[in-house]
Amino acid sequence: MTINRRLFIGTLASATAALSAPMVFGQTRPRVVVVGGGAGGATVARYMAKDSDGALDITLIEPSRTYYTCFFSNLYLGGFRTYESLGHSYGKLAAEYAINVVHDMAIGVDRDAKTVTLASGSVVPYDKLVLSPGIDFVEESVPGWSVSAQNAMPHAYKGGSQTQLLQAQIAAMPEGGTFAMVAPPNPYRCPPGPYERISMVANYLKANNPTAKILVLDPKEKFSKQGLFEEGWNKHYSGMITRIGPDMGGAVIEARPDTMEIIVDGEAEKVDVCNVIPAQRAGQIATIAGVTNDGGWAPVHADSMLSKADENIYVLGDSSAQGDMPKSGFSANSQAKVAANHIRGALTGSRVFPAKYSNTCWSLIAAEDGVKVGASYEPTPEKIASVESFISQTGEDAALRKTTYEESLGWYEGITTDMFG
Amino acid sequence: MAWGFRFLLPLTMAAGFAPAAMAEILGDPARGAEVFARDCKQCHMVGEGAKNRIGPQLNGVYGRRAASVDGFTYSKSMTRMGNDGLTWTIETLDAYLENPRALVSATRMSYRGLADLQARHDLMAYLRDYSDKPQNIPEAEPTAIRSAPELPPEILSIKGDAEYGEYLSSECSTCHQKDGSDAGIPSITNWPEEDFVAAMHAYKAKLRPHPVMQMMAGRLSAEEIAALAAFYAKIGE
Ligand SMILES: Cc1cc2nc3c(=O)[nH]c(=O)nc-3n(C[C@H](O)[C@H](O)[C@H](O)COP(=O)(O)OP(=O)(O)OC[C@H]3O[C@@H](n4cnc5c(N)ncnc54)[C@H](O)[C@@H]3O)c2cc1C
Ligand code: HEC
Ligand code: HEC
Repeated sequence: MTINRRLFIGTLASATAALSAPMVFGQTRPRVVVVGGGAGGATVARYMAKDSDGALDITLIEPSRTYYTCFFSNLYLGGFRTYESLGHSYGKLAAEYAINVVHDMAIGVDRDAKTVTLASGSVVPYDKLVLSPGIDFVEESVPGWSVSAQNAMPHAYKGGSQTQLLQAQIAAMPEGGTFAMVAPPNPYRCPPGPYERISMVANYLKANNPTAKILVLDPKEKFSKQGLFEEGWNKHYSGMITRIGPDMGGAVIEARPDTMEIIVDGEAEKVDVCNVIPAQRAGQIATIAGVTNDGGWAPVHADSMLSKADENIYVLGDSSAQGDMPKSGFSANSQAKVAANHIRGALTGSRVFPAKYSNTCWSLIAAEDGVKVGASYEPTPEKIASVESFISQTGEDAALRKTTYEESLGWYEGITTDMFG
Repeated sequence: MAWGFRFLLPLTMAAGFAPAAMAEILGDPARGAEVFARDCKQCHMVGEGAKNRIGPQLNGVYGRRAASVDGFTYSKSMTRMGNDGLTWTIETLDAYLENPRALVSATRMSYRGLADLQARHDLMAYLRDYSDKPQNIPEAEPTAIRSAPELPPEILSIKGDAEYGEYLSSECSTCHQKDGSDAGIPSITNWPEEDFVAAMHAYKAKLRPHPVMQMMAGRLSAEEIAALAAFYAKIGE
């Protein structure tokens, strides 16, 4: 078949051109299917399309028509962003990048036949498959809570309507009421996310319901940017926030969505809003595809994001078990570019460059009080390993914190443009 | 063009050069006064009663945070660098006077730079006489500094591989917009290649203060910086 094509093309173009890019000129272009249009999936689809000049046939499968970012959703809770400003459409990816955007849910992967089955019943064939489905929750990780209770006790840990629901519940809290958060155990998406949320809820309550209380039940002894958050909480929200760590019973709790109670150390605590962020695992489709390990995450090769279980499947973002990178939108976006370069190389013979990864996560503690943490990474044979890192310092002056916050606005514009064009 | 760029010691070490041929340069405040009168005085005042003019007054400049003189309106770039923690020391001042834009990209100081190492050190010795905090300056410092060998021309004339630069730039575009807009993070498109290279080396050498950029530039080789410069120079053309 290759020979036929070469002969055919040889009459039109030079044989060397045909040889150097044998698949590009075929009747059917190589097919890449991307499942999940979030930080990892939208970026990988856009980079493959942008850089391959139509040589790849790219399908993006994503049930939602508008992607609401989790990043900056806490700023919405704090009153610094509108809900609309978090929404991004797939219009440009379809119209300007000629990506075939299919709004559907992937429900099956046949790795031998190399096809993906959609909820609508269609079957989509692939040469390379990219899975970037984000997270799902571990059942029963918070006794008494299940996804069916998410209206009474929202997680707001996937983008979209859950965030709006949580915001409405906070706004409806009685004067002097209690907001409780059940924080997740490691590993979970966005390590500083729950604590940025606490800061933003506190910011909202300080302005609208200043006698309200915040209770954090945390199964972890330590958490990301802890010194910075605690310094900020003392400074801005003194007396409002109580955190109960594992030593005080924060790890053994039970939720009672029907009565809006949490049982801590055998005692029932009545609360007005309860944000339950359960333990996490890779998005379900990764498990269905059979590429996850016992911990529920999908191991990948550090130099390419290729699954260790299947050489035609890449796993990006939160779902992947890659080593030292935190599960963040920045990380997913960074990994997507390495994978896009690798996939193009494999399918079109384009140059493959060495993998470089990085991450920076900003958090807002109060108005114009921004902090950040970040690191650069490189692949080793075992994992993606941290090379160099930095973190904001306690005691920084207001001008630096403001500059840091302003940078985060620039980053939000940058990453969402990088994802959606 | 006048790319007689002399990198400071940490810069050249970062780029992989042995600190060979180090010389001690002694600054002479009297000669520095002449340089000041010739090159700086039309914009800056220093000494008793010095006021802000086109540029801020320069009393006590050592150990002073960049962009911190009350009542002077600095450029956005200088303000940002000051917020990030840029402080005037012998190294940072030397870099700024040699090529203002290498340290502070969009500085409003329209001064093309002072290539003559000796003249810079004379000037720094002169400014030291008006510094409130000479104790902040290690003994023998502003008047004696080791000069570094120039970056060999091979490094400065590296032809950037723009295709590699495009791949590398994908890491930058998470923060820096390719259309050149600035929503909190400065634009880096359409820069002259030599300015871009100078700015990246200033982060790599940690002369510029920003931790993210120090980390990003720190792991790029001179070839990779050239590749990025070649790519970004072309964007939007
Ligand atoms: C409150 C909060 C704050 C955060 N703040 C930050 C921050 O400041 N900075 C940062 O970098 N990160 C932040 N994050 C983390 C960031 O949102 C995630 O790490 C990132 O979105 C992961 O990208 P992903 O591609 O793995 O998954 P996602 O972005 O979640 O995308 C997954 C997509 O896959 C789709 N999908 C799932 N299953 C299927 C299926 N079977 N078929 C088709 N489609 C499917 C989903 O609809 C979804 O759109 C935050 C997260 C939270 C919760
Ligand atoms: C054409 C006018 C002009 C000339 C000539 C000039 N400067 Fe400046 N200088 C400025 C301006 C304007 C600024 C503020 C820059 C900004 O905000 O980006 C400045 C800033 C500075 C700063 C930083 C001050 C601070 O508070 O952070 C120093 C140091 C400095 N100049 C030294 C010098 C020296 C030494 C010379 C002579 C070699 C010189 N300048 C020549 C206009 C000038
Ligand atoms: C995590 C976000 C982030 C990433 C990724 C990033 N930068 Fe930056 N960059 C910044 C910020 C913030 C500044 C402003 C820093 C300062 O005040 O010195 C900056 C400044 C710069 C400047 C100087 C701009 C000026 O006006 O002085 C250059 C040049 C630059 N970056 C190049 C790059 C290149 C090249 C890359 C990719 C290899 C990159 N950056 C990646 C955030 C980032």
